[in-house]
Amino acid sequence: MNRNIFISFGLHTLIVMITAMSLPFLTKKPIDLPPIVSVELIQITDKTNIPFAPKAKKIIEKIKEKEKKIVSEQAPPKIVKKEKPDAVPLPDDKIKKVEKIKDEKQNPEKIESEVKQVSEFEKKDLFDPNSIAALIDKSKVESAETNKKLDKITQDQDKNIDFSGLSLSEEDALKAQIFGCWSIPLGLPYNEDLLVRIKLQLKPDGSIIRSEIIDHARMNKPGQGFYKVLAESALRAIKLCQPLRVPTTGYERWKELQLNFDAREMLEG
Amino acid sequence: MLLRYLFIFLIILPIKAIALIEVDITRGNLSPLPVAVSPLSIDEDSKKSFKKILKKENIGIEISVVVENNLKQSGLFNPLNKDAFLQNPDIANLKPRFEDWNLIKAQALITGKVIYDNEKLRVEFRLWDVLAGKEMMALAFTTVPNNWRRVGHIISDKVYERLTGEKGYFDTRIIYVAEEGPKTKRIKKLAIMDQDGFNNKFLTLGNELVLTPRFSPTNQMVTYLSYFKNLPRVYLLDIETGMQEVVGDFPGMTFAPRFSPDGKKIIMSFAKDGNSDIYTMDLENRIVERITKHPSIDTSPSFSPDGKYITFNSDRSGYQQIYIMRSNGKGIKRISFGNGLYGTPVWSPRGDLIAFTKLHKGKFYIGVMRTDGTGERLLTENFYQEAPSWSPNGRVLIFYRETKTNSKGEGFSAKLWSIDLTGYNEKLVKTKTDASDPSWSSLLGN
Repeated sequence: MNRNIFISFGLHTLIVMITAMSLPFLTKKPIDLPPIVSVELIQITDKTNIPFAPKAKKIIEKIKEKEKKIVSEQAPPKIVKKEKPDAVPLPDDKIKKVEKIKDEKQNPEKIESEVKQVSEFEKKDLFDPNSIAALIDKSKVESAETNKKLDKITQDQDKNIDFSGLSLSEEDALKAQIFGCWSIPLGLPYNEDLLVRIKLQLKPDGSIIRSEIIDHARMNKPGQGFYKVLAESALRAIKLCQPLRVPTTGYERWKELQLNFDAREMLEG
Repeated sequence: MLLRYLFIFLIILPIKAIALIEVDITRGNLSPLPVAVSPLSIDEDSKKSFKKILKKENIGIEISVVVENNLKQSGLFNPLNKDAFLQNPDIANLKPRFEDWNLIKAQALITGKVIYDNEKLRVEFRLWDVLAGKEMMALAFTTVPNNWRRVGHIISDKVYERLTGEKGYFDTRIIYVAEEGPKTKRIKKLAIMDQDGFNNKFLTLGNELVLTPRFSPTNQMVTYLSYFKNLPRVYLLDIETGMQEVVGDFPGMTFAPRFSPDGKKIIMSFAKDGNSDIYTMDLENRIVERITKHPSIDTSPSFSPDGKYITFNSDRSGYQQIYIMRSNGKGIKRISFGNGLYGTPVWSPRGDLIAFTKLHKGKFYIGVMRTDGTGERLLTENFYQEAPSWSPNGRVLIFYRETKTNSKGEGFSAKLWSIDLTGYNEKLVKTKTDASDPSWSSLLGN
């Protein structure tokens, strides 16, 4: 009898624990697909530092000016075109003149293609990398703005980012900081596994609460003396760099980080 | 039922783990590591005793200077200026104030003390990781006082190994040909010194022309070539006892005798019947074995560290190029294919690279390539330079460089230089006289 009560109590406790730990997580609203558009975000951030951006801005401005010009030049004939059938009938010769103007300047197809920005780029600057960058850059601005707006709309979304990692620019900032702090030991053997994974617990200001070498046991294995040297150099880099350049928001997202230090690329150079 | 819940629990757990963000760090800086070498502390009694014996005011400072210079010379460390130190040397047995050393940007700290102990020199030293605030290494050495420079070199090697992951090369010697007099009437003597240029000694008197000295793997013996009555002779010299013996007289041009990795054989090239080929000689029974047999000129042989292969140069393709073969002379394969002429190939002690001299468009280069001939890198270029020799850890090369003479035949000099594998850390090696044909010993402690 007592045994059954004991088992029942145990199972109920387990259920309560599982519920407390997992159900809030499971009951999260499903990820809203449109706002994530993670692929776009990555592409956008990837291009953040592209030096073409100022050029692209100029190009866009030029195009806008062109559009304005096109519109202003072509607007009157359009009006003529519209008014022509409804307005007072004109003598034939006048109609012909108007038609001539139409043929020379108001080819509807041409106007249409010029008015659309995208096709304008394609037509005139298909092989100009600056213009292509401008396109990307523009789409980036638009998407980033969209993303900002969406962030404001739903709070759940911030939690959803748990799975999206750092943005590329955030990651770049962190990497650039650690690159400067990591003095790579030059005596390491080239043909060995030179990867050290370190798990960090961080404070909101980027300082380190705890650092842990994931494959710690390897440090004391025979013939792996170089791994100890490498792991120590990585730990020194982290300590030297702290506080780490972490994003100012989304602490929940990055309070735990894993840094994978890999010296092969540098040593094989 | 319980199993079902456990199953659900185990499935849920890894989902949380996926959330860990990973960042790959694939680049770092290769700038020298800032290291503070604190002068070794010494009590007054010991100081007085060592002053009597060694004529040095403060042997603790002297040893720390040896360590500092070694680390600096390697190009991998940046010893910080002692004037910036906030903590005194009397910290030998205390935990350093890491915040003080952090303040001057030191990443590693060396502390220690020197004791006069029963007419012997006892040195204790510790290496600290300043950022982690922990001890990395603590060792003590006892020796005769005159060996104080070696103690400095051994400490340097230990620090180097602990911080870079490979063995050091400071407790080593260099044997070379010391040259004096005008170019047309040069006096050449065998000389030996520590790798930092101190403790220089001449091993021969200069009566005979000496060439290409090479250490045995144990560092006890040296083999070299000398001309006696215009005939080339290969000698063996015991550098501890000064005993010298003739290995043999060889006809015609004889080149660069060198020990096999086990020290039991000498490999060299000499001309027999008008044809220069590669031979080995067993040092026990003096039996000579022919390794190559080709009408071309084969010279400058060097064994791989495992003794299974030999690299040499040959003009069998029409131009002087580098080849490798098995130690029995079979499987000959050309490995150099670049423009110019290649010579003096030397296999790295690590076994991964072959160093060489290259002549191209009137300029001499010292370079390295992989043992299959790929990855050729020219480390340094000059008017005339040759004869690279590896440091025991395979990271640094020593070679000699000659300067041009002017129209009057003046201004000629030959000096030893070292360069590391990066090609950036090129340093003049101080010698009392002009110098050529250097050979680096292995670590003396081994």
